Amino acid sequence: MSIYADHAATTAMSEAAIEAMTRCMREYYGNPSSLYRIGQQAKEVLEQAREDIASVIHAESREIYFTSGGSEADNQAIRSAALAGKKKGKNHIISTAFEHHAVLHTLEQLKTEGFEVTLLDVHENGVIRPEEVEAALRPETCLVTVMYANNEIGTIQPIREIGAVCRAHQVLFHTDAVQAVGPLSIDVQAENIDYLSASSHKFHGPKGVGFLYARKGVPLLPLINGGAQEKGKRAGTENLPGIVGMAAALKETVAERDAEAVRLTGLRDRLIAGLKEIPHSALNGDAEKRLPGNVSFCFEGIEGESLLLLLDEKGISASSGSACTSGSLDPSHVLLAIGRVHDVAHGSLRLTLGRENTPEDVEYIISAVKDVVSYLRGFSPVWRDLQSGKTPFIL
Amino acid sequence: MALYSEKVMDHFLHPRNVGVIEDANAIGEVGNAKCGDIMKMYLKIKDDIVEDVKFETFGCGSAIASSSMATEMIKGKPLSEVRTLTNKAVTEALDGLPAHKIHCSVLAEEAIKSALEDYENRKNAGNQ
Repeated sequence: MSIYADHAATTAMSEAAIEAMTRCMREYYGNPSSLYRIGQQAKEVLEQAREDIASVIHAESREIYFTSGGSEADNQAIRSAALAGKKKGKNHIISTAFEHHAVLHTLEQLKTEGFEVTLLDVHENGVIRPEEVEAALRPETCLVTVMYANNEIGTIQPIREIGAVCRAHQVLFHTDAVQAVGPLSIDVQAENIDYLSASSHKFHGPKGVGFLYARKGVPLLPLINGGAQEKGKRAGTENLPGIVGMAAALKETVAERDAEAVRLTGLRDRLIAGLKEIPHSALNGDAEKRLPGNVSFCFEGIEGESLLLLLDEKGISASSGSACTSGSLDPSHVLLAIGRVHDVAHGSLRLTLGRENTPEDVEYIISAVKDVVSYLRGFSPVWRDLQSGKTPFIL
Repeated sequence: MALYSEKVMDHFLHPRNVGVIEDANAIGEVGNAKCGDIMKMYLKIKDDIVEDVKFETFGCGSAIASSSMATEMIKGKPLSEVRTLTNKAVTEALDGLPAHKIHCSVLAEEAIKSALEDYENRKNAGNQ
């Protein structure tokens, strides 16, 4: 038995992407910057990929910049908007407490460079409120950056409403859409998004490649200086096979998106219902405003890493926000941000379903998690104290 | 490469001496749930020998494996020997732990020390 249930971490490569990449490596080895024919053929392939990707999010192809992945795109968008703001005397940025570290650590760095950062409350359900974005705006706010969907608890943010607030106040708006591009339908025009970051390997494309959408006219500075690739905004010979693979994977994902969303939502809700039968457990994040494949739970009285290792023994690949899996003493900042106390956040489990998962997988996962949680509780001193009434249950 | 050594996985998947000793005369508990590790050791000491030992652990794989290994290392041993058990010895017996997991072996050593302290306290209370 082998069940991959960690699609928020990465996804298996699509066959269409592998084929497109192999063909690209064989046939289009030219440098897109070269003027002779094989260079120009490679350039055509590059621009076709750009066009294909742009159309998926309703952008123009000249607004798509290829990067090494989501983290680079986040860094570039935030830094560009921040430095442009600083030139006009604007040094305030609004974000949320449960962003990806690619965003949070960039903001930490900017704080040392004189920026002020407001991190919005994400509330118990893991969904931020557009009116709180509006209330946090100041005359010196230069950027609002809010993730499209959270990578741990899967909650989908009211991006369209936040975009409208930002547009009305003429503040730049960036969204880290790494978890959303692929599973969700995105329209950067209608949603008033100025910058959007995406990563290929989250939608069955290759690793090490992603893109940044930057609306025409918004500030954009290169992080990597050198040649004139990507209109001077990202130097270095393009990762053509990666880009072509990303475009092929995205086209395929989008073609099956609506049917897949319905199917995965069904699997997700069955998995949630099954895991809820475990006493003293709780779903993390809003039950409805969440990604089709995301299931995130906390189980009281156990620790997440041992849970993951035992699930791995049963053939299930999953992840956790416990301290022991993060390599630090604190559990996931996302779980703490939605108000889970440390004791409970250590016992978290994230299962993210995707293309290969079946209803049988879900039933197997439910029964395996039930077994493992009850086994671990069987010799947990924390569980003993909860059961005996020595300490009160939290969940 | 696997996260843990085969020894660690063996003790994690098949922990020795799991459970509670109802009439233990030495109990030690260390760690806290906030940090994600709690270890509880139950010892039955007779004639200065650890006749029996059991543990309960809330924690990661290496915490469970360290508890299991530590109980094996002290079972049937005289207190003079038990007192000298170090986290280093536990780690070595497990064929090593990842650097950020060494604290799990420290907890095992501390849990035993805490149980021995409890034993001494009970003895002193009994003598009074």
